[in-house]
Amino acid sequence: MSVASGAEVLLDREQTDVTLRDLARQILEREPEAGDLLLIGIRRRGVELAERLAAHMEKQSGARIPTGSLDITLYRDDFHQIGPKPVIGSTELPVEITGRRVVIVDDVLHTGRTIRAALNELADFGRPRRVELCVLVDRGGRELPIQPDYVGRSFEVRVGEEIAVSVRGLDGELLVRRVPVAGVR
Amino acid sequence: MSVSREGSTSAARANGGSGGLGLGKDLTGLESLTGAQIEAILDTAEPFKEISERRIKKVPVLRGKTIVNLFFEPSTRTRISFEFAEKRLSADTVYIGASGSSVQKGESLVDTARNLEAMRIDMVVIRHGSSGAAAFLADRIPSNVVNAGDGQHEHPTQGLLDLLTIRDRFGSLVGRRVCIVGDILHSRVARSNIWGLLACGAEVAVCGPKTLIPLGIEELGVTVLSRVEEAIEWADVLYVLRLQLERMSAGFIPSLREYNRVFGVSRARLERAPREVVVLHPGPMNRGVEIDSDVADGPWSLILPQVTNGVAVRMAVLYLLAGGSPELAEAAKEGA
Repeated sequence: MSVASGAEVLLDREQTDVTLRDLARQILEREPEAGDLLLIGIRRRGVELAERLAAHMEKQSGARIPTGSLDITLYRDDFHQIGPKPVIGSTELPVEITGRRVVIVDDVLHTGRTIRAALNELADFGRPRRVELCVLVDRGGRELPIQPDYVGRSFEVRVGEEIAVSVRGLDGELLVRRVPVAGVR
Repeated sequence: MSVSREGSTSAARANGGSGGLGLGKDLTGLESLTGAQIEAILDTAEPFKEISERRIKKVPVLRGKTIVNLFFEPSTRTRISFEFAEKRLSADTVYIGASGSSVQKGESLVDTARNLEAMRIDMVVIRHGSSGAAAFLADRIPSNVVNAGDGQHEHPTQGLLDLLTIRDRFGSLVGRRVCIVGDILHSRVARSNIWGLLACGAEVAVCGPKTLIPLGIEELGVTVLSRVEEAIEWADVLYVLRLQLERMSAGFIPSLREYNRVFGVSRARLERAPREVVVLHPGPMNRGVEIDSDVADGPWSLILPQVTNGVAVRMAVLYLLAGGSPELAEAAKEGA
């Protein structure tokens, strides 16, 4: 495993996958009737996590749960501070969200600002019946009144450190690490 | 051609101002841009296409920014395209035309702009009859300036939307053969396309009456073709320019009918093309002069996709230029 110096593996591939499997089960348990469920991953790493959750759900219930992706770049609250990102991902919602149960999926929950942006963007697409939040890791440090419905694991983060989630499609491997802030993301 | 205000060319400004592309404060032309910068603008335009397909065609990214559309020359398509782009990014916009404004009373360009600055604007989109007007203004006000056509110099957002349309169709601009047909001499659209296409690795030719081809254009690496049949045989893309009707009275061409007979892009001519050829036109068209209706409305035409792409490209340009101040960019980098 190629791990940058100073990095500490918190969850290896196996542990990450088991965590996702548990999250999938919890999401299904909350409402046994999953007919209108839609998983929406936040770009970039939330998208693969949403797909992995959907795959676990299919194994567990036999139902194919649709997944979509949300790019919140244009809804960020710090555009005027950090300026534009030249490459923006696209938002792809395969089905109408109005009236559905939507679960937003992201890798790490920190300040809550990304989720605020995601909620605003979702509101421009329609009015879901219910919106829930599922995160693989909660590292604390909220700056907005936002709480997740499903949390894979919670980790303390010291000053100068952050949590890095790697996924197969973007990083070649599935794992969760604690890394120095300047670390590879 | 992009002229930056004194002291605003630091790396931080470039990063903060255009997403690290180094575009600087303004977009006054494509001549000064690299192929990589142009491709990056086109890449940025991609996700903006989707926003125009949404039910709520609006994202909040330029909320609170004030944009002035300063049109000293009449324009319908470009003006509306910019307005849609601005509104879909949630900017506040005002339109100022030459007639009915203080411009008509003889106010100078700089005075007009300075008065607007005094009302705390953020960006100016300018269309002007004099070549260099956009750069002149960009040099004198701190707001971002976007050239929407200046005299016979450049029309960079038109060039970008044309490049995007060609890239959409063929996947890449590299090695694509594009022949621009018509009045090259007076055309800012031709200039922006030539710079942009060459920077992105396309092959460029021009075709038109000798009186309307600039002398020495071959030195740019552009091929000159004298017959439209040759152009059709050579090209993947025919870029048909609008023939400005006043050129006839100025003696550049004998008559519109004669022009159509020799240089008009017709179905009969295109059907003899040895391979698939697509046709672009910046509009508005003179049907039956430079382009026949069969072609404009036929399977060759990418004219309406051009118009759709125009909004996305302008959204991308406004988005990239509207970035934050250098101090904030630095602070955010440290706090990220």
